[in-house]
Amino acid sequence: MVLKGRDLISIRDLAREDIEEVLQVARRMIPVAEGKRSSRALAGRLLTLAFFEPSTRTRLSFETAMQRLGGDCVSIADPSSSSVRKGESLSDTIRVLSGYGDAIVLRHPNEGAARLAAEASDRPVINAGDGAGQHPSQTLLDLATMYEAFGTLSGLKVVLLGDLRYGRTVHSLAHALALFGAELVLSNPPGLALPEEVRERLEHAGARIAEADQLHRAVRDADVLYVTRIQRERFGDEAEYRKVAGSYRIDLASLAGAKSRLIVMHPLPRSGEIAPEVDGSPHAAYFRQAFLGVPVRMALLALILTGKGG
Amino acid sequence: MRELKITPIKNGTVIDHIGNGLALEVLRIIGVRDLDKDSTVSVALHVRSQKIGWKDIVKVENMELSPRKVNAIALIAPTATIAIIRDFKVREKRTVDLPERIVGVLRCPNPSCITNQHEPVESAFEVARRRPVVLRCAYCERQVDDFLAALA
Repeated sequence: MVLKGRDLISIRDLAREDIEEVLQVARRMIPVAEGKRSSRALAGRLLTLAFFEPSTRTRLSFETAMQRLGGDCVSIADPSSSSVRKGESLSDTIRVLSGYGDAIVLRHPNEGAARLAAEASDRPVINAGDGAGQHPSQTLLDLATMYEAFGTLSGLKVVLLGDLRYGRTVHSLAHALALFGAELVLSNPPGLALPEEVRERLEHAGARIAEADQLHRAVRDADVLYVTRIQRERFGDEAEYRKVAGSYRIDLASLAGAKSRLIVMHPLPRSGEIAPEVDGSPHAAYFRQAFLGVPVRMALLALILTGKGG
Repeated sequence: MRELKITPIKNGTVIDHIGNGLALEVLRIIGVRDLDKDSTVSVALHVRSQKIGWKDIVKVENMELSPRKVNAIALIAPTATIAIIRDFKVREKRTVDLPERIVGVLRCPNPSCITNQHEPVESAFEVARRRPVVLRCAYCERQVDDFLAALA
């Protein structure tokens, strides 16, 4: 399928071939993202950033991507000063914004907002996170990190560690990995297991799923250790949060028996799940992962706006 | 049709083979309060059925169901059959069928879903699985299998 003119709301909108195309284009974009090569692929194009909740990192990453390709951005950075405050519906706001730019990047606190925005907009809508819902460009940059490290996504053994219940990134990532036949090994604190419906869906999509009985044994066989953040806002009770938050922490000792090619990933920001001492180890891939957000978003913007990969 | 202890109707709809105990929910879907005040509504509860053991039946005079209401009935009473009566005769008889997309019938159980936020949008669900039926919100992707609780 061709990405030109399409919305990107959920990773499930993309077939395996679409994902492969984005990853290959993203790889070619890396020198441009690093400032080693310049590009005017999106010169004269305008991207509208509609952020209805704060997310500096994702917003900056889209802005950087657009500007590295010679395009421009306009943004609602502070919804409290916009018409939304005056009671305008999201549908109306989006309808108006779709008349301004060539595409809209939306971040919104309510799940399903991006799908609604896509219905209201004449221009492509890219979901940059809707509540606890989808955040497909995060999934794509996660995949890009693995693709860069291993040259393939097929047959990778990926340990998913942490909050597998609420973490939206992990559900989307697991879905995408299932398309590539990856083997998923789950490790979570009590009460934060993958929801049954998500698991069923993954198995239906062909995922091989196992539970880690002991983390160090799972890490020993793994290609990727994907660590998630415990979402503090999901816990009503601070004591409950603390009990869970302290229950796993990756340090150099926990990586002692790992394969040399193992990479440790984290969507960032971290809050104690990975000890700073891991940062200097060859396993640490989380800062590279954050950087790859830029070339991945460049690839998405180029493909969606022009149909060409730069 | 076997003779029943409720009177025949001249024009209207008979919803038969409703699962035992679900007639009141079917009435809720039909919206009995909105009916023509001269219409008779007959309800038979716990009637012997060769097909499904025990069943409920609802007969409503002077009313034909909208497709939206038929979809709602298909969700909570999938065994139901619908007969359209004109001039005391069954003119049309069909089973209820679940379409691929169900619009405006259920409310998404996710309070944070955009369809629950005063947006000018109707709820929409897609069929995630048919046996047993599981629906998925077309907006937030939340899955739903308790349709009684989610009736809009």
